Amino acid sequence: MADTTTAKIFDYPRNAWYVAAWDYEVTRKPLARTIAGRPLAMYRTEDGTPVALADACWHRLAPLSMGKVIGDELQCPYHGIRYNSAGRCTSMPAQETINPSATVASFPIADRYRYVWVWVGDPALADPAAIPDMHQMTDDEWTGDGELIYADCNYQLVLDNLMDLTHEEFVHSSSIGQEELSESEFVTSHTDTTVKVERWMLNIDAPPFWLKNMRDKFPGFSGKVDRWQIIHFEAPSTIRIDVGVAAAGTGAPEGDRSQGVNGFVMNTISPETDRTCHYFWSFQRNYCLDSQLITTQLRNGVHGVFGEDERMLRAQQEAIDANPDYEFYSLNIDAGGMWVRRLLERMLDAEGRSAVAPAAKRLPSTFSPAVESA
Amino acid sequence: MATSHTLTWQGATVRESEPLTDRIRRIVFEPDAQRPIEPGAHVEVRMVVDGESTTRSYSIAERVGDDGAFALCVHHGDASRGGAAVMHALRAGDRVELTQPLQDFPLGYRARRYVFLAGGVGITAVLGMTRTARNAGKDYRVVYCGRSRDRMAFLDALSDEHGELLQTHVGDEGTTLDVEAFVAEMTDEVELYMCGPIRLMDAVRRAWDAAGLPPANLRFETFGNSGWYEPQPFRVRIPAAGVECVVPTNRTLLEALEEAGVDAMFDCRKGECGICEARVVQLTGAIDHRDVFYSERQRDANSKVCPCVSRVRAGADGSMGEIALELS
Repeated sequence: MADTTTAKIFDYPRNAWYVAAWDYEVTRKPLARTIAGRPLAMYRTEDGTPVALADACWHRLAPLSMGKVIGDELQCPYHGIRYNSAGRCTSMPAQETINPSATVASFPIADRYRYVWVWVGDPALADPAAIPDMHQMTDDEWTGDGELIYADCNYQLVLDNLMDLTHEEFVHSSSIGQEELSESEFVTSHTDTTVKVERWMLNIDAPPFWLKNMRDKFPGFSGKVDRWQIIHFEAPSTIRIDVGVAAAGTGAPEGDRSQGVNGFVMNTISPETDRTCHYFWSFQRNYCLDSQLITTQLRNGVHGVFGEDERMLRAQQEAIDANPDYEFYSLNIDAGGMWVRRLLERMLDAEGRSAVAPAAKRLPSTFSPAVESA
Repeated sequence: MATSHTLTWQGATVRESEPLTDRIRRIVFEPDAQRPIEPGAHVEVRMVVDGESTTRSYSIAERVGDDGAFALCVHHGDASRGGAAVMHALRAGDRVELTQPLQDFPLGYRARRYVFLAGGVGITAVLGMTRTARNAGKDYRVVYCGRSRDRMAFLDALSDEHGELLQTHVGDEGTTLDVEAFVAEMTDEVELYMCGPIRLMDAVRRAWDAAGLPPANLRFETFGNSGWYEPQPFRVRIPAAGVECVVPTNRTLLEALEEAGVDAMFDCRKGECGICEARVVQLTGAIDHRDVFYSERQRDANSKVCPCVSRVRAGADGSMGEIALELS
């Protein structure tokens, strides 16, 4: 396995819950989105239950997402063939019977934590209890909002990015970056399904983003802070980052965060293809809960920060593709990301897949690695 | 349900072949490429029958081990068209060409209740489903019908696996399934999966419709090779093409027309799609409609026929059946 841990184009598990959409995106008008290589047509039935059908009609593969929701059924835009929420054809044009093989796949789907989750693998294994914990999205003690980024890179590059925040010093120097990030110690740990990376920076100046947050809660605050970043990964691709600062020396490292501000950056990444992914994020906070102004300011602020990541990730993917004969090397700071890769390798192995995604067709034909599957 | 519909042909080696009953053999294949096998999947097998290359579809009865091997169970009946004899002659070490597992009969995963109904060798299409339902702790039962126990494969295994959830109906023991009573027990929550002779499936479909149960909850697979009646030879004429020939018992009407040089349109060749539809110009005898494309009303009208599966039988006076057709 070790050889594939640093795969540049990392394959994705199919037997997993992925976020397919924000809850408000799935409506009575079909939504087209590809998750883990599966084009989906998603809609809601009359009672609001979400449905995910394969986005290709059984007949001539026209996209059902261009069709119409009628009652609880989805009608193909081309010849009017209708499917119920289980993907079974209920009506065919110009004939009195229904072809018994007329079905499209219907995928397990669930509303949870303001997201719509889907499972494109073996439906018999889809247990909603296995949806990753993102309770800060909906608990009363937390509030916030987020967005969806369409990222032009392999999903593992985003996981790498979030598992090592040293990059903040260089990519996000105007907002959350500071040199203490790369100077401070961090501790990495893992279980069979989770990875944790914890870093504390004590008695430092708050960077602009955090100084603003402190002053929202403690007007006029000035002085040194203790800053923390505790990264919680849950397989296959959810990363919650417990972040915050507290007035220096008030006991935050020991557990008393009352003199500080705390946020949870809620990230969950859904592979689309081997070189693209849907990156859902939200910034949740547990102070000034009633302030829509702060919610909007934080969302806009993080939007700007993540825009810097987006550009870096796209450029990195392009460089990877432009340099096919070079491999990845690792730094000490990659320990968290490497554990994520190993847990994913094990999930892929259990599905009979290698972490190395099959070669993409867009590679020039002169470069033909032997992994193109038959 | 992610199984591909695109045919990918590959080689396979016969690992073993054993009789399950007098007429049914279980043949285990090791395909060259390992593919996922879902319940309800089937494969196409390429073979030579009467000197001509052709294909036959068989349900994958069960997975064998974890290396992609699977068993097909083939019934060699009086009405077999040659494929069963070829399959029965296979022995360990023989090579065949077949497709990857194909899926036209997917098992839903979220019905409140499942009922699996099999008639005779139709058990092969639902056997894997019964195991999936049991392993997933679903609310289900299995109803298995046959003319006699020696024609019913997997009886002991099913009994061991499902205990009281298995109900058997054996014709020569006088316990034939009462279809009306069986369907009367169904509710809107039931998904019924069935495979068996067309007499059984037609009766269930009729009762299902009459009971007003949701049509989409009645799932069935037919390989188009059984009829209401034993096949008889009959004469077919295509006046517009000046063609006339006899359809022997081991040929379909469509095959006989093709062999006579008729350029006939077709697609599924199992009585589902209606593409091969022909208009009936003249009929002596009666049509044995073996398709699932026409409604009962359309069948009764006898003005159209699906040549890929349907046949003509003799009239009351015993003279050979005859049909004249107009093709598209």
